[in-house]
Parts: sequence; structure tokens; C-alpha cells
Amino acid sequence: MNHKLNIWRQKNANDKGKFYTYEVSGVSPDQSFLEMIDELNDDLTRKGEDPVHFDHDCREGICGACSMVINGHAHGPKGLITTCQLHMRSFSDGEEITIEPWRAKPFPVIKDLVVDRTPMDRIIQAGGYVSVNTGGTPDANAIPIAKHLADTAMDAAQCIGCGACVATCKNASAMLFTAAKISQLAVLPQGNAERANRAEKMIAVMEEEGFGGCTNTGACEVECPKGISLEHIARAHREYMSAKFSSHNV
Amino acid sequence: MSWIINTLTSTIGRKVIMALTGLFLILFLAVHLVGNLQLLYHDGGEAFNLYTQFMAHNPLIQIVSKGNFFFIFLHIFVSLTLYVRNKKARPIGYKVSAGNSNSTWSSRSMALLGTFILIFIGLHLYGFWFNLKFGEVAMVTIDGVSMHNAYALVAESYTIPGVVAFYIFSMIVLAFHLWHGFASAFQSLGLNHPKYNGIISGMGKLYAVIIPALFALIPIYMYLNNAG
Ligand code: HEM
Ligand code: FES
Repeated sequence: MNHKLNIWRQKNANDKGKFYTYEVSGVSPDQSFLEMIDELNDDLTRKGEDPVHFDHDCREGICGACSMVINGHAHGPKGLITTCQLHMRSFSDGEEITIEPWRAKPFPVIKDLVVDRTPMDRIIQAGGYVSVNTGGTPDANAIPIAKHLADTAMDAAQCIGCGACVATCKNASAMLFTAAKISQLAVLPQGNAERANRAEKMIAVMEEEGFGGCTNTGACEVECPKGISLEHIARAHREYMSAKFSSHNV
Repeated sequence: MSWIINTLTSTIGRKVIMALTGLFLILFLAVHLVGNLQLLYHDGGEAFNLYTQFMAHNPLIQIVSKGNFFFIFLHIFVSLTLYVRNKKARPIGYKVSAGNSNSTWSSRSMALLGTFILIFIGLHLYGFWFNLKFGEVAMVTIDGVSMHNAYALVAESYTIPGVVAFYIFSMIVLAFHLWHGFASAFQSLGLNHPKYNGIISGMGKLYAVIIPALFALIPIYMYLNNAG
């Protein structure tokens, strides 16, 4: 297969950046999208040019590093997968492919397709964990948890923190990401002790970092490689508002 | 007190204000429609004039009306602050956009649709409310009580094709705003539950189509009636 690639290239955060066009040929339909870029990069390196920089790590859909917007879709046109799991057979031969970095004020471009996603780490650091002492490992059945709540927590815990929700949202809102963690820990007994503080602090940091607000378009849910549901955003709204009106943080 | 300000100015707090004021406006529209339907009686405008007279003089309605103005103002003001914040969060856009494949056009165009509704509200208030309150409107006597002939004011403006066309267009815009807005308000309030999601989105779509359609039918009917 042959493709024309339009790739965003930018030297550093201060560079203005622009699209470069590359022609790739002999692409195997069984190659992953990242392997296709690897080959392009081999070519560029042989020619003495700077290879296209992009984030990647596990290449098996669990680390969330491989962030890029492909033809307008975070992680490409196929649902429920990350870029590293996308195969070239998902494109038709000769299709023009445009590759852009995550676009959001809080995510400045570091180089080419690599953006700085540490604002999401700071949101987690604000309360996305359980810090109360829970003692030794209890017996597996000592704390009963309703099946639907365990499922809800597991669904939310699937978030890999890739930032596709932010990249997709027209407001660059991080609500789906933040809500997934608030929701996951709010429904579990272990997370209960800190739930009000958690909701207040995580949302506060989310706002300080400059992400936009949620307008319920639902695009994040569609583009999320893990299919995190908007239900978690609704729960985060409940958690936040009830925390605000009843917590001891005056 | 600072926690209250803090809550109401957070993005979630503002979203809750949008939802509550939006739902109030949705209720208001239904009541407004019942009033407008009085225009359809073939009674020379008696029912509508009595209704207008009641609305203009009942003290309770006066309070609700002030509240209504305030909620519209709040809805618009808060939407503006959110709009500015949201635009700032994405200074550089994408070359290729996913378009309708991951969200509806109406959900992405609430500010545009709202701005148009605002223009409509402005002209609408000027044409009817302002004229009735401060302008010169012919009087009519019903059951010995002298009152504004609001019916004549409305009927006359609906003989102008441009006015009727603008009204219909505005109702289509309103329909799109509500197509997303109705269900969205519930999500903003955290009301997302598998038992009720279906009925909320179903009612939202029905409301978004039926209420603006009925509003639009009135000027169409009056135009055809008076022309024919
Ligand atoms: C009768 C008139 C109106 C009704 C019934 C109405 C109703 C609603 C409802 C129910 C929502 C959803 C709230 C939510 O998602 O939580 C909404 C959102 C919105 N409205 Fe209105 N609205 C009206 C007029 C306006 C006007 C005049 C403007 C602006 C000039 C406006 C701008 C917006 C915006 C920007 C949103 C989206 C806010 C967000 O998602 O953050 N609306 N409206
Ligand atoms: S590289 Fe880890 S999810 Fe794609």
C-alpha cells in the first residue's frame, strides 16, 4: 500500500511548526501504524534527516503513550484501540493520512507529535489515590462490594491516561480523565474516606491547569480507546457538588 | 462564604447553573406556548387579550417575569464565560476534524445557536413586550375593562412574510439548541442512570421538536388566515 502522510513537525515548544508531506510505499496491511512510522523514520535517518518524534512505550494498548490524532480521530479512525494497536489495513490504499499532535493549551508540544502531558499527572497527584492506612491484606470476601459497583470501578480503572479525551474534546476538557478516577475510587469502600477531598482537589487542579469545561458533546466517550462512559462524568459532578456543599473545607 | 463563590465559579458549578437556568427556560417555554395558543381562537382576539391583560397585571406573574429575565441573563452570562474559557483551552485547532462522527452538530454549536436565540429574543421583546409596555398600542374593551389590543399587534406583524419567516427560522434554531440542551441539562446535574437515560433523551427530542413546531405553527396559521 502507498500513502501520502501529512505530519505535523515542530522543533520545540517555541517553534511555530508546520505540516510536512511524506510519501510511503510498500506498506504492509499487517503493519501497525507505529511500524509504518518506524519505517518512515528509518528512511529519514538513512537520508540524514531528523526522524519524526512520537511517544510510544508498551505498544500493546496499556500505557497510553502513543498519542496522535490521525485524520481527525484521537488514536485513529477505529474505535476502542490505541494508535499502537491500529493496523494499516484500516486504511485504503492511497489514502492520504494527516497526523497531528494532541492540541490543548495545557499540553504544549515538546517536539513533533510529542506533547507534555504532565498536567494529567498533577491531577492524579491531587487525590487520585487512597492514602488512608488500610492495614494488612484483608480476606478476599471480608469487604462485600456489590457486583455492579465492582464493575463500575473496573470500567473506570481502565483509563490509561492517554489524554485522547482532552485531544478530542472541542474544549480540551479533561473531565472524562478526571472523572474516571474520581468515580473509580468513589464507588469502592476503600476510597470512601477521602472521597469528598478527592473530588474537590482533583477538580481544582484540573481547572488550574487550564483545561476547558465539559459541554456534554460526548466526543470523548466515542474516541476513548477504553470506552470510558459519560456516566463517570455525571458521577464526578455529583461527587464534586455534594463535596462542595458538605465537606469540611470551608 | 468563599466556598460558595468557589463552587459557583468552578466549571462544574457554572455547568450546573447552565443546566438549572436552561431547565427553567424550558418550563417557561411551555407556559409561554400555552399563552400563545390563545391566538388560535376565532374570537377576534378576546382570549389572547384577556391572557395578556392577566400576565401584565397579576403580581405573582410580575415576580416570575423578573425571575425569568434574571435567569435568561444568567444563562447567557455564564455561557459566555464558559465559552471564553473553552476557546482558550484550544488555541491551535486541528487541520482535520472528526465532524459528526463523534458528536452531534447541535452539541458543538450551542453558543452559535444561543447567540441566534438571543437576537431573536431581542427583536421579540422589542416588537411585543416593549411596545405593550412603553409603546402606543390600540385599546380594546372586553367585559367593560379597557385593555391593550395585543392580539391586533401580533396579528398585524404576522401579515409580514419576512416576520413570519424569521420566526420560523428562529424556532428551528431553538429546536437544535434543545435537541442537545434538554438531555444535557440532566447530565450536568449528575442525573445519569440507566433506568432514566432513555426516557430523558426521548422526552428531550420530543420536546425539542414539538414545542418549537407548535410555536412556529401559530404565525403560519395566522398569516394564512389573514391573507386568505
Ligand atoms: C429560551 C431560550 C433557551 C433555552 C430554553 C435554553 C436551554 C438550554 C439548556 C437546557 C441547556 C443545557 C444546559 C446544560 O448542558 O447543562 C443550554 C445550554 C446552553 N445555552 Fe441555552 N437556552 C436558551 C437560550 C440561550 C441563549 C440566549 C444563549 C446565549 C446567548 C444560550 C447559550 C447556551 C450555551 C452556550 C449552552 C451550552 C453551555 C455548556 O454546555 O456549557 N442559550 N441551553
Ligand atoms: S504504546 Fe502503550 S498504549 Fe500505545
